[in-house]
Amino acid sequence: MSLLEINNATLKFGGVVAVNDLSFSVEEGEVYAIVGPNGAGKSTVFNLISRFYEPFSGQIAFDGQNLLDRRADAVADLGIARTFQNIELFDHATVLQNLLVGRHRHRRTNMIEEMLFTPRVRREEHKHREAVERVIDFLDLQPYRNKMIAGLPYGVRKVVELGRALSSDPRLLLLDEPASGLSVEETQDMRWWIDDIRKQMGITVLMVEHDMGLVSGVSDRVLALADGAKLAEGAPAEVQSDPAVIAAYLGTGAV
Amino acid sequence: MRIHFKTSYENDIRLFPDWWSFLVYAVLVAGAVILPWLLDDFFLGEVTNVLIWAIAGLGLMLLTGQTGQASLGHAAFLAIGCYSCIILMENGLPFLLAFPLAGVITGVFGTLFAIPAVRLHGIYLAIATIALSVLADDIIVLLEPWTDGVSGKFAPMITIFGLEIERWTTPDRFYWLVLAVTILCTLAYRNLLRAPLGRAFAAVRDSEVSATAMGVHIAFTKAAAFGLSCAITGLAGALMGFYAGAFNNETFSIVISISLLMMIVIGGLGSIHGAFFGAIVIAFLPQALSMATDTIGGMIGGGNVAIPGLETGVFGAILILFILFEPMGIYGRWLKIRTWFELFPFARKDMFKRQKSYLKTERLR
Ligand SMILES: Nc1ncnc2c1ncn2[C@@H]1O[C@H](COP(=O)(O)OP(=O)(O)O)[C@@H](O)[C@H]1O
Ligand SMILES: [Mg+2]
Repeated sequence: MSLLEINNATLKFGGVVAVNDLSFSVEEGEVYAIVGPNGAGKSTVFNLISRFYEPFSGQIAFDGQNLLDRRADAVADLGIARTFQNIELFDHATVLQNLLVGRHRHRRTNMIEEMLFTPRVRREEHKHREAVERVIDFLDLQPYRNKMIAGLPYGVRKVVELGRALSSDPRLLLLDEPASGLSVEETQDMRWWIDDIRKQMGITVLMVEHDMGLVSGVSDRVLALADGAKLAEGAPAEVQSDPAVIAAYLGTGAV
Repeated sequence: MRIHFKTSYENDIRLFPDWWSFLVYAVLVAGAVILPWLLDDFFLGEVTNVLIWAIAGLGLMLLTGQTGQASLGHAAFLAIGCYSCIILMENGLPFLLAFPLAGVITGVFGTLFAIPAVRLHGIYLAIATIALSVLADDIIVLLEPWTDGVSGKFAPMITIFGLEIERWTTPDRFYWLVLAVTILCTLAYRNLLRAPLGRAFAAVRDSEVSATAMGVHIAFTKAAAFGLSCAITGLAGALMGFYAGAFNNETFSIVISISLLMMIVIGGLGSIHGAFFGAIVIAFLPQALSMATDTIGGMIGGGNVAIPGLETGVFGAILILFILFEPMGIYGRWLKIRTWFELFPFARKDMFKRQKSYLKTERLR
C-alpha cells in the first residue's frame, strides 16, 4: 500500500479544469516531484490533499485512510505538513512562535490548564520546545530565533516555513516550490535539507518544483502535469526526455 | 544593555526572562499594593478606574490584538457581566461566587454569539458586533423585571469573609480587590500566550490557511477567543458596576465599546502593556481635557466653557494620529525608546523603518 494515493481526482473552477482525472501514488520514504508549466494544477493538487478544495470526483487516501471525510484542520493530525508557494507565515509572531504552532497537532492540554500553566503544561512545553529546537539546529535558524517574521529576508522566511512544517514531526511533507525565489546557494542548502529530511528523518516528501537541477538531484520519481492531467511519470531523466513533456513546455514557453 | 543567554527551554517558558525584569515587575506590584497609603481617596479612585478599564482592555485585546477579531460590541458584554453579578448577589449569592460566575456567564454568552459570528471577517464582524451594542440597551429595558430597566440598579455592598468592601466608604479595600483581579487576569493572559492556545490565536490572526494546515480548528479557536475575551470583559463589567455604584440601560452604551477599541489601538495592539497604557489615556483624558478647557476658559475670561463632542473629537484625532504615525501604539513607541537607550550610542536612525512586505495575492496558488 502506498502512503498517499490519489485516484481519478477531478476539480473544476468554473470552466477551468484545474485537475483532470489525475491518479498517482507516493510511496513511503521517497521524494516525489510534480513538475509542469504555470497553471498546470500543481498547487491545486496540494490544496486537494490539504482539503482546502473539495474534489469534483475521485478519491484521496493517506495510509489507507480516506482523506475526503476529514476536515482541513484534521489533515495535520495524520502527519501531513506543508509549505505554500506564496509563503504563509504568521507575520506578527517570532520565528520560534511560528515553529511552535507547527506543534499544534501534538497539543495535549486544554484551555483552563494553559491559563493556570499547570506542571503538565510546563512539561508539554518542554517537549514542544525540544522538538522545535532540533529543527532550529537542523535548519541553522539560531540567529533568527526571536525575530519577527515581518522584516525577515525572503530566503529566511522560506526556511522558516519549512521549519514550521518539520516541527510537526510529519510523515508526509508537501513542499510547494521550495526553491522558487532562492539564490543558487540557498537552493543548494535546500537540496541538502530535502536529502536529510528523507534520509535521516525518514519523512516522505512530495514537492512541486520548477528548478530541474533540484528535481533531478533529490527526487526518486517525477510526475509531469499539463492542464491538470498526467503527461508522464517516472525517473527524473526519463520524464525530462519525454517528447510529450518537452512539447508541453515548448508550447507554453515556460521552461 | 542586557544580554540574554539561553541556557534551557525553561528560560523561554518562564514568566520573566531575567532577574532584572522580575525585579521591575515585583517593584511595580509592591508599589501598587502600597498605593492607598500614598494617594488621597480621589486619586486612588482614579487609579481604580484605570485598572478596571485595563481589565476590560485585556479582554478585548485577547480578541482583537491576539486573535485579530474586531469587536464593537464589548459594552454589551460589560453589561452582561455587571447585571449578572449584581442580580446573583441580590439573590443571595456571596460576591466570591457571584463574581466568577458573572465571568463564566458572560463567557458563555460570548461563545454563543461567536458561533454564528466567527464566519464573518473584518468589517462585517465589526458591523455584527455594533448591532450587539445597540441591541443591549433595548434588551436591558425589555428585561425590566430582572434589570429594572430605565430606573436602573444600585450595586450592593461586597462582603468577603465578613470584610465589607465599598467604593466610597472603603476605597482602599475596593482598590485592592480590583488590583487582585487585574493581576490574576494579567497572569492568565500571560500564561495563555506562552501555551499552545495563545499561539493558535496568533496563527488565526495572521493566516487562517496555514493555521488550518497546521491543525488549528479556526472556528473553535475563534469561539474560544470570544469566550475568554468576554469572560474577562464580564469581570471588568461587574467591577464597573461596583465602581459606578448605580447603573442602568444607558451605562454601557456603544460609546463605551468604541472607547474600548480605541483604547487598545492607542495602547498598542497585541500586547498586555498596550491594554494598560491605553487605559491610562482613556481614564485620564477627560480629566486632562476639562482642566485644559477650564484654563483656557479662565484665560479668555469666559469661565467654564463647555464644548459639546470635544472628548470624542480629541479621541478620534488621537486615534487617527496613532494609526498614521505609530500603528504599534504607545507600547510600540515605548519599545523603541527603550531599545534606543539600550543600544546607546549605536542606535541607527532607520532601525525602525517599516519594512515593505510583499502583497499576498493568490494566497493558495
Ligand atoms: N481558487 C481558484 N479559483 C479559480 N481558479 C483557480 C483557483 N486556484 C487555481 N485556479 C486555476 O486552476 C489552474 C491551476 O492552478 P494552480 O494549481 O495554481 O497551478 P500551478 O501548477 O501553477 O500551481 C489555473 O488555471 C488557475 O487559474
Ligand atoms: Mg503553484
